[in-house]
Amino acid sequence: MDPLIVNALIILSIFGITLLIATYSTWAERKVAGFIQDRLGPNRAGWGGLMQPLADAGKMFFKEDFIPAHANKWLFIFGPSLAMLTACMASAVIPFGDSFIIGENIVLVQAIEVNIGILYVFGVVSLGVYGLMIGGWASNNKFSLLGAVRAASQNISYELAMGLSIIAIILMSGSLSLRTIVEGQHGGNWNILYQPLGFIIFLTCAFAECNRTPFDLPECETELIGGYHTEYSSMKLGFYLFAEYINMFASSAVTACLFFGGFNYPGMDAVQNELIKSLGESTGHNIATGIGIAVMFAKILFGIFFFMWVRWTLPRFRYDQLMNLGWKGLIPAAILNVILTGAGILLEMRWLSWVAVLIVIGIAVLQASISQKKELRAQRA
Amino acid sequence: MKLTNRAKQIDNSPMTVAERLYIPAIATGLGITIKHFFKKKATINYPEEQRPFSSIFRGLHVLKRDEQGRERCTACGLCAVACPAEAISMTAAERKPGEEKLYREEKYAAVYEINMLRCIFCGLCEEACPKAAIFLQPDKIAPAFVDREQVIFGKDRLVEKMDDRATTGIQKYTGVKS
Repeated sequence: MDPLIVNALIILSIFGITLLIATYSTWAERKVAGFIQDRLGPNRAGWGGLMQPLADAGKMFFKEDFIPAHANKWLFIFGPSLAMLTACMASAVIPFGDSFIIGENIVLVQAIEVNIGILYVFGVVSLGVYGLMIGGWASNNKFSLLGAVRAASQNISYELAMGLSIIAIILMSGSLSLRTIVEGQHGGNWNILYQPLGFIIFLTCAFAECNRTPFDLPECETELIGGYHTEYSSMKLGFYLFAEYINMFASSAVTACLFFGGFNYPGMDAVQNELIKSLGESTGHNIATGIGIAVMFAKILFGIFFFMWVRWTLPRFRYDQLMNLGWKGLIPAAILNVILTGAGILLEMRWLSWVAVLIVIGIAVLQASISQKKELRAQRA
Repeated sequence: MKLTNRAKQIDNSPMTVAERLYIPAIATGLGITIKHFFKKKATINYPEEQRPFSSIFRGLHVLKRDEQGRERCTACGLCAVACPAEAISMTAAERKPGEEKLYREEKYAAVYEINMLRCIFCGLCEEACPKAAIFLQPDKIAPAFVDREQVIFGKDRLVEKMDDRATTGIQKYTGVKS
């Protein structure tokens, strides 16, 4: 087969799966919210409410598509388009599985394999904030602009800590290619076992980058009448909201690749050998790859569930708390993590960043035991 | 005045290291929400499932007939007087010879109307009635309406049908059937 057609097929299927998962994330979000709040969530449209995303999309399309009189029309349209475009681009370099052997060819389960994969993800995700910024500015509404400014400053602040936390991963794997990073975690050597601090920093920053609770300050009804998308309606609003879910999918996938071994799972070599022995070289390998893809998607789906779980647990941070946490908490911690990881590689002690975690836990326990925090007592005893 | 024991004194002392990490608190919160995730849901899927009415629920009115199928109402007007919302109006008429099968007493209500928009379902008409003629049913609610004309219930909708007797009646007070 022509490699161009094969590539086009892979790109199309990954694009389709991305959109499908994002679509059903909107359903899952409402289901999870319902279950956590002792409700049932949507269950009227189709079995278990499964047609709900289609109904929502239909509603979105039939709403009035309103452009404010004093808005910059082209930028107003460009904003949500850019948000959607960058969100869809991010999953291009993610390795969803190992490879398929079709005849003579070996086809990687990945849209494009580039040696700067993680940098590409970063570049595209940073572009995403332009969609918010342009939309907020073009609305010609001071509250939208405030939301956009919040989005921009928040994303820039947290990108720093995120980049620093990834440097530790890159130090350990010695490559920027996501496939190499994933293959480096083969055999249960998941990065989370060596980079607990880096994982926590990365996860926190991923929440901030996706504008998810507890860092969803750009959209804040009480303070900003909605945020950067106040003036948006119809499918333009839909694109903004949908881009958030695609971003969630992409960041769950990146998290799975960087820290949870991507398509690796414990005992995968044994499974692969067994399959090759019983089904032959190519069929066995292909089925083993299929299992790997399923494992990868299980990790991604759990990541998405975790995003929702946190959203329906935590309240929103205050803006000064957000900035304090980002600049005074996460960035110094990430720098410390980079230094410890570097020292660990130099001294061949890869577990070295656990030391930082243990020291922090030690300090916390020590302080808790020394200074007894006053018990909360009834107001008028 | 202390109403509950839930009021707690807020502690404004500086946060400890453990609190500033946020992680222990977040983990506790996540634990609480996941517990609720698997809990039994409080939702009742309304049209398919219905919450049972209380046995003393006061729903749609019914004008009772006696055991021989005669209307009990004698149009004395005590229910209209008792009604705090002034929802009941009626016109009395005299029973003609040959109508003994239809009306229990010598006087009956030719027109009996309840305005369901005014009615507050207090049940005072039921208490005022000396003939055990009007009752608020514990198993029927006043139906929804789209027009003000539909709100005024006349005898055609209030008097109980012989083939579909109401479950409530004089036995509510006397224990005697019908």
